[in-house]
Amino acid sequence: MLNITNLKASVEGKEILKGINLEVKPGEVHAIMGPNGSGKSTLASVLAGREEYNVDGGEVSFNGDDLLELSPEDRAREGVFLAFQYPIEIPGVSTTNFLKTAVNQVREYRGLEALDAVSFLSIMKEKMKLVEIDQSLLSRPLNEGFSGGEKKRNEIFQMAMLAPTLAILDETDSGLDIDALRIVANGVNKLKSEKNATIVVTHYQRLLDYIVPDFVHVLYNGKIVKSGTKELAMELEEKGYDWIKEEANSVV
Amino acid sequence: MSQQVDININQLFIDKFSDFEHQLNGQKTLPIHDLRKKALHKFKELGIPNSHEEYKYTNFKKALTKNFTFNQLFKSKNDSSSFGNDYIINELEGNVLVFINGQFSESDSHFKSDEIDIKPLANAYSENPDTIAQHFGNYSKNNEDSYALLNSTYCNNGVFAQIGKNKIVNTPIIIYYISDARADEAVSFPRNLIVAESGSESSIIEVYSTIGEKNSFSNAVTEIVVEENAILNYFKILNETEHVYHVGLTQASQKKNSTINAHSYTFGGGIIRNNLHIAQEDENCTTNMFGLYLLNGNSHIDNHTEVDHKRPNSYSNELYKGILDEKSTGVFNGKIFVRREAQKTNAFQSNKNILLTNDATINSKPQLEIWADDVKCSHGCTTGQMDEEALFYLRARGIDKDKARAMLLYAFSIDVLKNVTIEPLKKYLDHIIAQRFNQEEL
Amino acid sequence: MLYISTLFEISLNSRMSKDEQILEDFTSKEYEHGWTVDLEVDEAPKGLNESVIRLISSKKNEPDWLLEWRLKAYRLWLTMEEPDWANINYHKVNYQDIIYYSAPKKKKELKSLDEVDPELRDTFKRLGISLEEQKRLTGVAVDAVIDSVSVATTFKEKLGELGIIFCSFSEAVQEHPDLIQKHLGTVVPVNDNYFSALNSAVFTDGSFCYIPKGVRCPMELSTYFRINAANTGQFERTLIVADEDSYVSYLEGCTAPQRDENQLHAAVVEIKAATKAEVKYSTVQNWYPGDKNGLGGIYNFVTKRGICAGDHSKISWTQVETGSAVTWKYPSCILKGDYSVGEFYSVAVTNNYQQADTGTKMIHIGKNTKSRIVSKGVSAGKSQNSYRGQVKVMKRAENARNFSQCDSLLMGNDCGAHTFPYIDIENSSAQVEHEATTSKIGEDQIFYCNQRGIDTEKAIALIVNGYCKEVLNQLPMEFAVEAQKLLALTLEGSVG
Repeated sequence: MLNITNLKASVEGKEILKGINLEVKPGEVHAIMGPNGSGKSTLASVLAGREEYNVDGGEVSFNGDDLLELSPEDRAREGVFLAFQYPIEIPGVSTTNFLKTAVNQVREYRGLEALDAVSFLSIMKEKMKLVEIDQSLLSRPLNEGFSGGEKKRNEIFQMAMLAPTLAILDETDSGLDIDALRIVANGVNKLKSEKNATIVVTHYQRLLDYIVPDFVHVLYNGKIVKSGTKELAMELEEKGYDWIKEEANSVV
Repeated sequence: MSQQVDININQLFIDKFSDFEHQLNGQKTLPIHDLRKKALHKFKELGIPNSHEEYKYTNFKKALTKNFTFNQLFKSKNDSSSFGNDYIINELEGNVLVFINGQFSESDSHFKSDEIDIKPLANAYSENPDTIAQHFGNYSKNNEDSYALLNSTYCNNGVFAQIGKNKIVNTPIIIYYISDARADEAVSFPRNLIVAESGSESSIIEVYSTIGEKNSFSNAVTEIVVEENAILNYFKILNETEHVYHVGLTQASQKKNSTINAHSYTFGGGIIRNNLHIAQEDENCTTNMFGLYLLNGNSHIDNHTEVDHKRPNSYSNELYKGILDEKSTGVFNGKIFVRREAQKTNAFQSNKNILLTNDATINSKPQLEIWADDVKCSHGCTTGQMDEEALFYLRARGIDKDKARAMLLYAFSIDVLKNVTIEPLKKYLDHIIAQRFNQEEL
Repeated sequence: MLYISTLFEISLNSRMSKDEQILEDFTSKEYEHGWTVDLEVDEAPKGLNESVIRLISSKKNEPDWLLEWRLKAYRLWLTMEEPDWANINYHKVNYQDIIYYSAPKKKKELKSLDEVDPELRDTFKRLGISLEEQKRLTGVAVDAVIDSVSVATTFKEKLGELGIIFCSFSEAVQEHPDLIQKHLGTVVPVNDNYFSALNSAVFTDGSFCYIPKGVRCPMELSTYFRINAANTGQFERTLIVADEDSYVSYLEGCTAPQRDENQLHAAVVEIKAATKAEVKYSTVQNWYPGDKNGLGGIYNFVTKRGICAGDHSKISWTQVETGSAVTWKYPSCILKGDYSVGEFYSVAVTNNYQQADTGTKMIHIGKNTKSRIVSKGVSAGKSQNSYRGQVKVMKRAENARNFSQCDSLLMGNDCGAHTFPYIDIENSSAQVEHEATTSKIGEDQIFYCNQRGIDTEKAIALIVNGYCKEVLNQLPMEFAVEAQKLLALTLEGSVG
């Protein structure tokens, strides 16, 4: 589904990703871990097409297409979803209105008919249960005045509505208490299927207790320095990142 | 009828020029004299503003016509021996220059510095011709403001200060402009030129006061240049009586990475107009403007400020507060310009006023003009009474209403003082404010 | 009311699909309503003098006092100077090159819609304001004005039963001369300003509305203006009188055909609200703004003012200004009655070379008066957008309250946003707050929308509509939809 080869990227002239290789197949959950500043969020942003990031080399193919050629909205329409670490506030635009616009533009791209208000609402109600999000939240302006947990829950709700084939969760666990974490994780788990894949970007192992990864990759200094299964995450939790850094530095 | 009078006051200022030239002696041959003549020429065209938008709320014309003869426009030298030194700010040490009715009083002044080239401006005309040629008259709005033109026409003395490159000067320059209006009306045209060279840090304090009960009129211009990476703290303090008419322009030009902290305190006067214009000529400039006006009686104070953001990544912050008692009038006009190139500029402005009587008036016009899109600008203006909740809280603790009100007014005022870093000056200002509201001092 | 506060409301109104339709409807960037209908016109010769005024007055069969009033206004106007203090630049109007009177020739008394000129009715249909549909579906009585002469008035009978008078100004002059004589020019005096004096001299028609004591007008009253014949200045005159304890919501909408010559519009609107009366006046203004190069377009120099004459009265102005090459307009409230309330909600969008200088005046005279100002400016292209407003609290206006919020949004780096608030307070018990901010549409906001599959143009429409929500919420339903369309249309192509 997703094939990243030797991806290099920089921001404001500073090289951050220094050759990432990663393959994600349908049905898989990949966790990307690593210390602060290792390039985790950059990777997520580059995949979603944030313009401040320059791609300096490498390739990313998504279901056979060159993902890097696509505009951010077309990436979304192709099925790439980024759950933002810091969801943006847009005053005056209700979440409902926002999502209806998004859903129907994605549908249009895929050659489907636009949903009318009634069918949109019924889908929305169904998905709301999934992430245990309150109706009142959705009629408020998008993310404005939302608590951290509410913002993250809203991200997962949007993910449910847009039904992506590849979901990238960027530090979705940051700022969440344990109950919110459980709700968010449950939402993600319910949305998992054999056809879609998930990339979980996180600093801590905590989230991985709830979203169990098939593969764990450790990103350090712009490269994936170690890959393994969920046991690797446990090891990181126990020993921290220092031993990885030492290992990586000694190789160089 | 009034039209007739209008012509007279303008004509008077035009006619007096030849008298002025006579008492200049050798100065007529200096280049600055050409500037005087040019300014007069332009003044002839504009005259004293009458219904001009910029002077909509503050019209000196009537007061100047009615209250002054201008018979003695240029008084001879004087010193403070006959009236003592009550005008001095206690404990405030520094380089002191005293001017009485616009004339330099050598015996009252004391200044000496290795870090600053400091002298009466009249000496600098001949001693520092290059600096004068480079800066004098280049920053004041010579072609727009009639009063600045009038000052450029008649200015003779004031302070010249050039702060040396990378010099961090801890002792401030203190300039006392005293109007001696005991025997007769006093008229003066003070003029200062301050050049803060790159990397320097210094403070300038202008203090205006009047002795005596006759009318006084001062028309001042201070030009300031703040070179790259320099920091300048500028204070203008007016603690005047109702017989005092003052119009002053402070025009500053900021270069790259420079900072100006401008403070304006006005505690009275007949009609006072302070123009503070700051132009940020280059990137990364910081401008802070703090103002306080506490008025009573029939005082009328008009603060016009202007910040012109011309280049990227600049910052300005403005806080002006006023309390208007009895029949006083306050005018605040704050302009912020953000030019097309001044991307990533942050500009903030706040004007807060309290009216204590229904005979007091405030006219506030906070004005934003923006031509760049990637900027953050905001202004706020409030006029109202004291915070009722706070008043109640104080009263609930047993403080009577009047006292509680006074406490809150004092608190409202000294908020502005927080930004004064020269302790004796802060103490002096605090003393005035505390007295105004019957408070014990800090 | 329009704000989507619950999901339930959405399904009832199916607003969302309308929202989408809005953007899809308008793919063409040219001005949609730009065409001319070929109506035979009966015109006065070009130019202005006393005999033209006499012609207008006699064509309209006016009483002598009104002719005298017009002539007095004209003589005053001759002594006045065109104002130049606004932040606008335009080629001065040649007042002798304007036709001050033109009327469809097939003019006759119309009792029903069937009698309306078929060509005219077709015009309305193309504008999307089919009278039948309006009448049948929306319950809005429409007094349609084309080129200064009223041709159709609907719902008159129903309103008549309640004692409400809603008719063309000319008709009111004939049938209710006492009311007109009593109120005309009392809110906007003849000598108020250059354009109001001109209007008083040469106005051809407009609307008159009277709501009697204790009556709540059951429907939105609405007038559509349309400038039609070439070189025809429009000088509308509107007078709304709300008697004690009455209520009316009045809508004014404007579209104009595309032209290269500049057309002048100098309307006057006067509103009087007696004790406990409430008047809500909403405008969506979409006159031809000129082309991309700033050629042509309407000059919109309007004087709108209301007086809250009685205690507990309220006047609320809402405007969405997207059109005109130059706008000069300050709908104002004189809060004379104790406890009276004035409101001003405005969205002004400028693109290309448009210039807008608009705002309000809130004059607090009575005790315990309140006013609220919400102004949202959006500047794009090479346009200049200015807010100019005054809040004045007079000496005896105890406990006056005002809150003003003036926001500017800039799109691109060739436009300007300007804020000129005048705050003049003479009473110590007043509480007046003014806030203004300037911002742009954040790249992160657009990226967030893009990431959810929304393209940039649509994202901007969404964000701008969100930014203007507080004002759009004030509009009646069908106007809100139209307004959203206009915002999107006006800003099309402004980001690239």
